[in-house]
Amino acid sequence: MIDHPEKQQALRFFRQLVRVRTFEERVSELFVQGGTAGSMLHLSIGEEAGAVGVMGAMREGDGFTTHHRGHGIFLARGADPKRMMAEIAGKSSGYCRGKGGSMHIADMGLGHLGANAIVGGGISHVVGAGLTYQMKHNGNAAIAFFGDGAMQQGILYESMNLSALWKLPVMFVCINNEYGMGTRLDRASATLEFERRAETFGLRAAEVDGTDVFEVYNRSRNMLEDVRKGQPAFLKVNSYRFHGHARMDKSPYRDQDEEREGRKKDAIAFLRQHIVEEGWYQESECDELVEEVKQEMDEALKYAQQSSNPSPEEIYDDVFDPETDNPVSVDFRIRQALHYSQG
Amino acid sequence: MAETTYREALRLALTESMRSDPSIIILGEEVGKYGGAYGVTKGMLEEFGDARIRDTPISEEVIVGAAVGAAMTGLRPVAELMYIDFVTLAMDQLVNQAAKIRYMFGGQIGVPMVLRSQGGTGRSGAAQHSQSLEAWMMHTPGLHLAMPSTVTDAYHLLKHSLTLNDPVVFLEHKGLYTLKGTLEPDKALPWGKAEVRRQGGDCTLVSYSRMIHLCMDAAETLSKEGISVEVIDLRTLHPLDMQTVSESVSRTGRAMVVTEDCLTAGVSAELSARIMEEAFDFLEEPVVRLSGEDIPIPVSPQLEQGSVPGVERIMSTVKMLLRR
Repeated sequence: MIDHPEKQQALRFFRQLVRVRTFEERVSELFVQGGTAGSMLHLSIGEEAGAVGVMGAMREGDGFTTHHRGHGIFLARGADPKRMMAEIAGKSSGYCRGKGGSMHIADMGLGHLGANAIVGGGISHVVGAGLTYQMKHNGNAAIAFFGDGAMQQGILYESMNLSALWKLPVMFVCINNEYGMGTRLDRASATLEFERRAETFGLRAAEVDGTDVFEVYNRSRNMLEDVRKGQPAFLKVNSYRFHGHARMDKSPYRDQDEEREGRKKDAIAFLRQHIVEEGWYQESECDELVEEVKQEMDEALKYAQQSSNPSPEEIYDDVFDPETDNPVSVDFRIRQALHYSQG
Repeated sequence: MAETTYREALRLALTESMRSDPSIIILGEEVGKYGGAYGVTKGMLEEFGDARIRDTPISEEVIVGAAVGAAMTGLRPVAELMYIDFVTLAMDQLVNQAAKIRYMFGGQIGVPMVLRSQGGTGRSGAAQHSQSLEAWMMHTPGLHLAMPSTVTDAYHLLKHSLTLNDPVVFLEHKGLYTLKGTLEPDKALPWGKAEVRRQGGDCTLVSYSRMIHLCMDAAETLSKEGISVEVIDLRTLHPLDMQTVSESVSRTGRAMVVTEDCLTAGVSAELSARIMEEAFDFLEEPVVRLSGEDIPIPVSPQLEQGSVPGVERIMSTVKMLLRR
């Protein structure tokens, strides 16, 4: 019997959603053990459907940038969780050889033009990528992912305007999780109809329910068809940040009732229910899938823990093209000034 | 070769580079139809068309940010900021993005873009159109920084900038666009090499961009008084050719740094420290720094002139240094 295509897709999405959440849970464990590099770790639990739905609609060759809460987006793109986890741990086997970490992970092979730790910092890069794609007529699209915090940054509007003016194959995706660090959106933004802002600049715009991965996917796919023809678009994916801003943030600025209600906006729970109700999987089969993913992410965690640290002299690598330039160490300067010989 | 101007030499460098490298595009305010606020890109729209010569809105941050994204995906953009003073609006893209992407991403990719702009005094542009902000760029690891003083350097440094795989901040001087000179097409020095513009034995003047011409004028006049001044044109501030400087100071024993940017924590501070570190044994006197005053640039031409070094000040300071 041939499986219903919707079933296939549902199971694929379910696995991806579970992978994102499980990855975040493992990386959170790594943090608590002191195994992540850096004091900051931003989890995307509660925002999985935005990552998986939009990525499902993207094609090979498309470029994208993400924000500081972008693990799930990169994972949904096909990233290797081992190399991701290693990068977040600051290890040399990571995507950026331990130079970037959670907030600067990138992979040119998968079109990941970089996660960015400046709110809105990566948005304008997709304008440039879109320009490249337009000039090369390669049919690719460039997608910027960012949070609701970036909706109040000026660069977003410079980017929207130029994309529409130049008819670039660019899509802006706002994963709205209701909070910019500890400030709820309604305390940061005078208006909340973000689609209207985008429409003002000549973009196609829509708002979707971030608990429904199919809705995210279908709307993205539909938009991207026009994006590739030079009609830039804006998509707002409404979700809720289940946890604090960073791993150690206990969210004292929001009340427990709100959190309890917010965490009911769970794309994974909804899709699982749907899959079971349709009879595509039994509960036990769902559990098996979850178990498989846990094993995958356990292995990624172990891989990161067992990977080696970069060697100290690598700090001078990759500031410039090694063919043209390399920084000189402070120690060298001191020894040169004092005529100290090596040793 | 016939005489040409600094402006024409820049245009020639851009034009030749664009003819041989189809990935080069130019984007910025008024670069196309208007021909550039200072006329550098005049006529290029007609040759290359509006896909490659792109007029932008007045949105400095996305001009630089789009250049970063384009550079990461296969183009080689030349982003023009009309005045370097406007780089404040694009500092995130220049400093946090362009300069750091190669490093943050573990060497996966460089950002081969050129940020062209111009700075300096001389046209009564006042406080927001006359600054010399090169110290900010020099203080940012990951950026090349070129500041040509001559027609020949304008041409070669810009052509070379368009072959590098990392971001180059290319700073012209608004007072040099009409400078005439003979363009020497074969005189391409290596990237990062300083040039001794005038040889002398009594002291070394270290400078770059427009101040080179003032130093040369001062040196010429001083030579008639029997004072022999060596003038070194750094050409690029990153890379910084301290070898040429140290070699000179080892002969003259006296060094004076002349810059148009303001004194405190400016380029002259770095140069002075480097000379002290690398040529301490040869110094007869402390390194002297003649730089712009620590003030915003005023509009009155008389006040503006007083805010940056002039030929007379250079001469009198050299004499102080030489105890004459």
